[in-house]
Amino acid sequence: MLEIKDLKSNDEITWCPGCGDFGILNALKKSLVKLDRPLNEILLVSGIGQAAKLPHYLNCNCFNGLHGRALPVAFAAKAANCKLTVIVTTGDGDCYGEGGNHFLHNLRRNIDITVVVHDNQIYGLTKGQASPTTDLGYVTKVQTEGVVLEAFRPLEVAICMGAGFVARGFSADSEHLSWLITEGVKHKGFSLIDVLQPCVTFNKQNTYEWYSKRIYKINDDPNYHPEDKDAAMKKAAEWGERIPIGIIYRNEEKKSYEEKRGLLDKPALVEEDISQIDIKPILKDFI
Amino acid sequence: MNSEITIKISGEAGQGIETIGMVLSKMFKDAGFSIFANQDYMSRVRGGNNFFQLRISQKPLFTLRKNSDIVVALDKASVDLQRKNLNPKGIIILDKKKFSLTEDDKSFFDLPLYELALKTGGSEIFLNSVACGLLTRILGLDFSHVERVLRFIFADKGEEIIKKNLDAAQAGYDHARDNFKADIFYLKANRPEEKLLINGNDAIALGAIAAGCKFYCAYPMTPSTSIMNVVAHYAKKFNILVEQAEDEIAAINMIIGVSFTGARAMTATSGGGFCLMTEGLSLAGMTETPIVVVDAQRPAPATGFPTRTEQADLNFVLHAGHGEFARVVFTPGTAEEAFFLTTRAFDLAEKYQIPVLIMTDQHLADSYRDIKSPAFKQLKTKRYIISKDDSKSITDYKRYKLTASGISPLAVPSWINGVIYADSDEHTEEGHITEDAQVRVKMVEKRFYKKMKGLEKEIEPPKAFNLKGADTVLLGFGSTYGVLKEASENFKEKRIGFIHLPQVWPFPASTLKKLLKNAKKIYTLENNAGAQLANLLRRETGIEVDKSILKFDGRPFDLDFLSAQLKKR
Repeated sequence: MLEIKDLKSNDEITWCPGCGDFGILNALKKSLVKLDRPLNEILLVSGIGQAAKLPHYLNCNCFNGLHGRALPVAFAAKAANCKLTVIVTTGDGDCYGEGGNHFLHNLRRNIDITVVVHDNQIYGLTKGQASPTTDLGYVTKVQTEGVVLEAFRPLEVAICMGAGFVARGFSADSEHLSWLITEGVKHKGFSLIDVLQPCVTFNKQNTYEWYSKRIYKINDDPNYHPEDKDAAMKKAAEWGERIPIGIIYRNEEKKSYEEKRGLLDKPALVEEDISQIDIKPILKDFI
Repeated sequence: MNSEITIKISGEAGQGIETIGMVLSKMFKDAGFSIFANQDYMSRVRGGNNFFQLRISQKPLFTLRKNSDIVVALDKASVDLQRKNLNPKGIIILDKKKFSLTEDDKSFFDLPLYELALKTGGSEIFLNSVACGLLTRILGLDFSHVERVLRFIFADKGEEIIKKNLDAAQAGYDHARDNFKADIFYLKANRPEEKLLINGNDAIALGAIAAGCKFYCAYPMTPSTSIMNVVAHYAKKFNILVEQAEDEIAAINMIIGVSFTGARAMTATSGGGFCLMTEGLSLAGMTETPIVVVDAQRPAPATGFPTRTEQADLNFVLHAGHGEFARVVFTPGTAEEAFFLTTRAFDLAEKYQIPVLIMTDQHLADSYRDIKSPAFKQLKTKRYIISKDDSKSITDYKRYKLTASGISPLAVPSWINGVIYADSDEHTEEGHITEDAQVRVKMVEKRFYKKMKGLEKEIEPPKAFNLKGADTVLLGFGSTYGVLKEASENFKEKRIGFIHLPQVWPFPASTLKKLLKNAKKIYTLENNAGAQLANLLRRETGIEVDKSILKFDGRPFDLDFLSAQLKKR
């Protein structure tokens, strides 16, 4: 049985004290203990940003690549070795801004990975510019008269592009978030978990208090069925006075990329013997 | 008797010029001729002017000629377009009635191409076979040659289609027999032997398959796309996963992701797509992830000439990616070399845990030659990852362990009992982020100095020909190999030697200094405007060239162009 202490890495944590990222790290640890999978078969992939540092703080495989580029790496690693449990830790800028195109197309691929987005609605590492999810009107050093671009709507986009598991969590409720991550990892296909995560240094609007006043747990409502796509689209769009958290949409019927490409019954690509590949039989086609 | 013939099939995009070209190429190859075939096509699916150029001879061919002996004009526009590049005794085969041409010219040979196609096959599609039959006869070959090829090409189309094509070819053949009595285009052939018909892109794809590439990923871009087509065609047979990426940024990051799991992966693109890949190239350098990337060059900047050829990405590929890290850049000159260097690229990439780049161009990518199959035999593939058996005992792994060679043992995730940290930030031996100055220095030395030192001992040597006593030495890289080779053979008495570089990075500086020591004059031959190879030579060796023969009209060098330049010297 895996224990929390097994997950500790010897790397020093460099987040600001009070950062919402701590809650996500704790939730992820709880999920990994619950899932109880061998740590050397877990791969955490990240891009750049505060969220992208998270894999260093766990005792799992880590590929910390480029800004916005976590998803293509994660997709490919999973496709190459389906036995790996692949989790992406990314941010609103990394996933919805710089890596927006990869977000759209990996939703279409429906590869079986879990994407945890640390969504603090601001750019932290570059010190306070608007992110794709910053609310309209929010004033920053760059958006001096307030944000005029519509906020990106990750949950609606994910549902509409074909993800089978779309959820929203809150970093201060790490039990609930851990449940979402665990369910997301168990889901056979692309899982998006957008996590409301207060940036204590640069986001003066979307604070712990601001979120706490607004959020409610959608799955507590016995009349809410995450399998109902129309209802899910409505809830995914809800933002403002009331913000739902929980599993917004779930569809276990959709086939994953691995299933569609027949990868599940095959060994990992690295297991293939390539010591002497004979191409002679196909040379007859080049005559 | 002629020693060689150049045939051009000219018409609009969509008229099946490539099919007719490939039928003829195969027929002449099977009949014992050497061939060099190349396509000149516009960036459009219909209309415009495209042509397929086929050079045939008894002696081995490596390049093109400027003028044609026989032009088959499939549309009216081709008549005037191809007329200016016709040899004195050359002919233009055309359908005067169809083109409403009343004019006469001694070079015209009228053929009711469209009428014969309709009569024999019932559709204009069959004009290709009519033309093939006609050319078979004009070059003095027996009908059985074209019959065999048509039966082969249409084997899976059913007996009816085969018969219609054979009838069409027979009609063309008979028309020539009755109306073209001259033997001016007869050629002597060699004894037929089994040979392949392969272009540069086929060779790269075959090399990748043979080297154990298990993941191929790209965004389609001319002229690199056919590499993906060939790999995809054989993907099932060799268990290769092929994925079309949403963009080139994704493509390079995907191959990095696969390579991180221990399998071999490759992508290919052209200059514009390669621009998007440069950040990922730098990532491969920093994370020390083995990857193979092909840049099939076309004329740029920006969209440039999408379907034409150039060698202007040399400086770009040498320097692509931010920061300093070791890389290898191969520049194959023939399909055989493209095959071999692709297998070598996979080997070096994994051995040194670096990105290896293969530069080709539209000319090499799309040109066909007859090649004996042993050129494509597979060498035994060596792996450099920690074996599965050895992995089991590893619990405390350092991805970037410092070693004398700069190369750290390469572990496969899930095979070892420990975990692996790879990072694009500067990192410690364990792979964690650091800002320590001393660690930084050691890591730069590892990734750059130490690996380059090893790679310099493994440079693919320059290929030198006729240097003894040569007063002029021509230097080229990549697809200019063919024209250099034939020019040096044609100019033997004038003492012209040449050197072809199959690898430009690490640069073979010391070898070149030795090879060029006695050269009185040094010219570079480059399909670019900036004399980039000449500049590289000067930078790396201090040697200044006397002249650079440059061509940047989007078309490849041909033997006649180079000969004219050399006569001026």
